[in-house]
Amino acid sequence: MITNAMVREVLTDKGGLATGVSYVDKTTMEEHQVRGKVVILGASACESARLLLNSKSVAHPNGLANNSNVVGKYLHDSTGASLSGFLPQLMDRKRYNEDGVGSVHIYSPWWLDNKKLDFPRGYHIEYGGGLHMPGYGFGGGIENMNGAVPARDGKMKEAGGYGIGLKDDYRRFFGTQVGMAGRGTAIARESNYCEIDPKVVDKYGIPVLRFNYKWAVEEVKQAKHMQETFQEMMHTMGAIVTSKVHGAEDNYGLEAPGKIIHEVGTVRMGDDPKKSALNKWCQAHDCKNLFVVDAAPFVQQGDKNATWTILALSMRTAEYILAEKKKLNLS
Amino acid sequence: MNRRESLKALGLTAISSAVLLEACKPGALKTDKAVDEKAAAQPGREAFEVERDNALNAAKFFTAHEMATIAILSDIIIPKDGKSGSATDAKVPEFIEFIVKDIPGHQIPMRGGLKWLDIQCLNRFQQTFKDASEKQRIEMVEDIAYPKKVKPGMQQGAAFFSLMRDLTASGFFTTEMGVKDLGYVGNVPNKWTGVPADVLKQYGMENV
Repeated sequence: MITNAMVREVLTDKGGLATGVSYVDKTTMEEHQVRGKVVILGASACESARLLLNSKSVAHPNGLANNSNVVGKYLHDSTGASLSGFLPQLMDRKRYNEDGVGSVHIYSPWWLDNKKLDFPRGYHIEYGGGLHMPGYGFGGGIENMNGAVPARDGKMKEAGGYGIGLKDDYRRFFGTQVGMAGRGTAIARESNYCEIDPKVVDKYGIPVLRFNYKWAVEEVKQAKHMQETFQEMMHTMGAIVTSKVHGAEDNYGLEAPGKIIHEVGTVRMGDDPKKSALNKWCQAHDCKNLFVVDAAPFVQQGDKNATWTILALSMRTAEYILAEKKKLNLS
Repeated sequence: MNRRESLKALGLTAISSAVLLEACKPGALKTDKAVDEKAAAQPGREAFEVERDNALNAAKFFTAHEMATIAILSDIIIPKDGKSGSATDAKVPEFIEFIVKDIPGHQIPMRGGLKWLDIQCLNRFQQTFKDASEKQRIEMVEDIAYPKKVKPGMQQGAAFFSLMRDLTASGFFTTEMGVKDLGYVGNVPNKWTGVPADVLKQYGMENV
């Protein structure tokens, strides 16, 4: 294990096989090389693509594992939109431990009939709230809450304020807030991609990526469905919405691509070496001792977070590598 | 890199971060040294994080006049009551001094807002907010504390006061005093009993 090592490129021999990596020690800025019989990249989807594209050689002039020209393409990130508010019926609630509640992922929109949707696949909702430990931002925007419900004396009060009454409001509203965040399937498209920026390097002198990603109408329609679902649930619960209600003018609050940090798909797997960089074992078609075990091999994400699929695929790849070593297909 | 080389690299890392710490010390102030040692002793923190915290703690943003004004405002927003102490008792002004360095986007709204407040008070009372009487201060605060009914010309003041209120709440309720005031319970190791039965009953959820 070598920490603080920023890999510059994957090294290959004349025959095109991987022989190791070169890296810069981030603390000393010294250059090093390590040799290996098998090279496994787990740098994260975009960084693994960056590494492969930066690993050009005589044997791999288009970047490593990139005869298909797909490395960097089909980049996709989960869709995301949210809404938040508070539940007046939870004011002045009894205190008890609620750490660990919230952020549960529930497929609630699909409990009902979903055959007539105008977008493919779907999304889940992550629900938040509870008597959580106060952190930075606690009590923020109290003026959106304390003018919306009657005070202890039953009378409405002016939003905002100061003093003993305000201090009491912070207590009254503790644990009343509820948030919903939708996370859904974005479609993998060849036209959404990252590539090496020809003009820019990072502080180690390594060329960086630049990104080309546009949402399509399918993702916008999904965000619209999210917002309508959130509002319906808020209304049914008797919640008062405090965050901005998004509409067509801002794509229904659909977050910018990359914001949900579930980026996947940049070194996709497939049976056809002309259309994919890796085979079904996440082994490079063009370099048999090179593997990728992060979210880059994903062909199409589901609505769910990428991590567990990364774990499952990397375990599968690890077993394959051991089996291939036993058969002497890999040294 | 073999094991010996790795160990050598680790040694180098430790030395270089110690050098960085020395380099960013502003002077021979004893308080700064205490901060360094405290931060360095925290496990799992990167050298650059320690370095940044030390730089933030060594820097000073607000003037003495601004700090005095912040102290008065924060106690108007969160005063002492029967349950807990005031904002200054919980060191809210010190928190605000830190947070504007940690989140520099707050610097201009805070500095400009404090200046706006002083100009208003000078025009009205021929005194800065800090030097105005208690009655005059409250008269001023009344004009900017209610953003939904604010009069024309006072909106900038209301925006500043809302920021001041938010920072005061964050600063107060994230201290031990504030957490105890709220009654935050939190986790206890190896014990999670879920929502109490009487709470479930209160909300009609006992059979769900």
